Amino acid sequence: MSRFSPYFGEFGGTYVPEILVPALDQLTEAFESALDDPEFHQELGKLLKHYAGRPTPLFEATHLSPNPLVRIFLKREDLVHGGAHKTNQVLAQGLLTQRMGKKEIIAETGAGQHGVATAMVAAMLGLKARIYMGAKDCERQQPNVYRMKLMGAEVIPVHSGSGTLKDAVNEALRDWAANYDSAHYLLGTAAGPHPFPHLVREFQRIIGKEAKAQMLEAIGRLPDAAIACVGGGSNAIGLFADFIEEKDVELVGVEPGGEGLDTGKHGAPIHLARTGILHGMKSYLMQDSDGQVEESHSISAGLDYPAVGPQHAYLAQTGRAQYVAVTDDEAIEAFKTLCRAEGIIPAIESSHALAYALKRAAEATKEEVLLVNLSGRGDKDLNTIMTLEGLQ
Amino acid sequence: MSLYNALFARLKANNEGAFIPFLTLGDPDLETSFEHLCLMVENGADALELGMPFSDPVADGPTIQAATLRALGAGTTPTKALALIRRLKDKYPQLPVGLLTYANLVFAAGIDQFYQDAKAAGVDSVLVADVPIKESAPFVAAAKAAGVAPVMIAPPNASEATLKAVAELSEGYVYLVSRAGVTGTETAAGKPLGHIIDTLKRFESAPVVLGFGIGEPSQVRAALAAGCDGAISGSATVKAAERSPQALARFVEGMKAASR
Repeated sequence: MSRFSPYFGEFGGTYVPEILVPALDQLTEAFESALDDPEFHQELGKLLKHYAGRPTPLFEATHLSPNPLVRIFLKREDLVHGGAHKTNQVLAQGLLTQRMGKKEIIAETGAGQHGVATAMVAAMLGLKARIYMGAKDCERQQPNVYRMKLMGAEVIPVHSGSGTLKDAVNEALRDWAANYDSAHYLLGTAAGPHPFPHLVREFQRIIGKEAKAQMLEAIGRLPDAAIACVGGGSNAIGLFADFIEEKDVELVGVEPGGEGLDTGKHGAPIHLARTGILHGMKSYLMQDSDGQVEESHSISAGLDYPAVGPQHAYLAQTGRAQYVAVTDDEAIEAFKTLCRAEGIIPAIESSHALAYALKRAAEATKEEVLLVNLSGRGDKDLNTIMTLEGLQ
Repeated sequence: MSLYNALFARLKANNEGAFIPFLTLGDPDLETSFEHLCLMVENGADALELGMPFSDPVADGPTIQAATLRALGAGTTPTKALALIRRLKDKYPQLPVGLLTYANLVFAAGIDQFYQDAKAAGVDSVLVADVPIKESAPFVAAAKAAGVAPVMIAPPNASEATLKAVAELSEGYVYLVSRAGVTGTETAAGKPLGHIIDTLKRFESAPVVLGFGIGEPSQVRAALAAGCDGAISGSATVKAAERSPQALARFVEGMKAASR
């Protein structure tokens, strides 16, 4: 009997062609046996420490806060090797790939951060990697495409559909259906069919676990709110996991509001709260009245996805976490603010979480401590910013 | 007696197998699509398997994916797709018609409502490409309540327990997948899956129809020789329809001839 239910309330499940079910069952078995295996934890712990550079610091951004009543702490996942939290769980899935006796990894990537992390770990563990990336994302994230290739991964641009993450996931699933015997599908976020939402959460849980201990050490108590951006939702669920039972800590997920929630050009499925089935899971999904999946929009390739991990849908529905949206413009403004205030260039993804924290801090009338997950660094986004500024 | 039962009984009496071509509804547009469907019936198709176009068809390869995009581009909605089937069934009331769709289209309509609408349109069976046995309960229950046959997929890597469940749940026919991967003739069908066919028959399944990578008359003969009751051809049929109505007619005629 599996220790994790495939469902979070009504969300989750295993909506894949029958042919992929044995591969998912095999992964569930490998994942659960690894969780019980001290040797696995030891090996993963060693890699997290010496390869990825954990624990990451918790930094109080004293110049950033617009209000003396509000203290803002940044969990520095941007300092993980590879430049984002993605490395954490990719290391674990790399080890699981070996545990299942497989030699190849299939992955999909939006902003390229998951692709880079996958390429890194594949190179380090001696695995072959094929990485699907929307053609539009290949354009906006060229440095990451080059990084992946440098590390020996094959990058396959996907031209179908909107040429973004959703279409890359479709292609990765097709590849997996043909090659499940030899290849592991290394999913990048806490979404998709069971067991991925649990698996990715368990291996990203380290973000919140460290942050919790670091907050206690820094101020002797937990923060009032833990804030993270939500595309598929892996950095957010990693931050939230250890705080879910801490009822005094508010959990806030920040969705990409794109050009505005009322424009239709956004990537905020939780805001719409319309349940659907895509990429193996039942969750909130952007779709038309017939059930055709709509294209999402965000200035951040990493958040440009029309669905969200099922546990976030559940946390939203039950009210344990609240989800807000931040527009492209607000995220860019927050990006620039952090650069100037603290000398840290954040990913545009993380800038969404920052934008919410800044807005909240500006309006605060009482003392408050905000914990923001700085999920990645912004080097990869410089092209986007320079284009916006008319510099290229 | 369901139309599938009648069909397979008649074919068995004649010592024939079934040839079931697949096309995407509304490809390239609704009128041409209707002409293609009629053409296939007139040229010997025993039953039809018809795809309801979905924006993210992950179980399909490039040929059917492209057909889906054309159909959606021409404004095909689930309502219009079902209306097309209604027209077809009014013309050929004895023709078994299967619908192939994806979970979100069923879910968006409301699972019960979807199957009731399908029944009203004259649909005999529904296969949901991304609903495996472990998620099938509400879909199968709604299908049975509406009087539509739920068709389940038996993949080449299925365990005996899965095959038993497929045999128990699937009505009309069982869709046997010939090989790993998605639809398409880019990869030909794998070796005949004798042990899977035997297991399904041992569990008294509905007739077994082989699909994925079937594009040649010789493959229809091989499928029947291996113990299948018929064969489905999707991507090759779509490609024939892309060429010309004449090519589609000749293709169906040739594939049907191989089933005799």
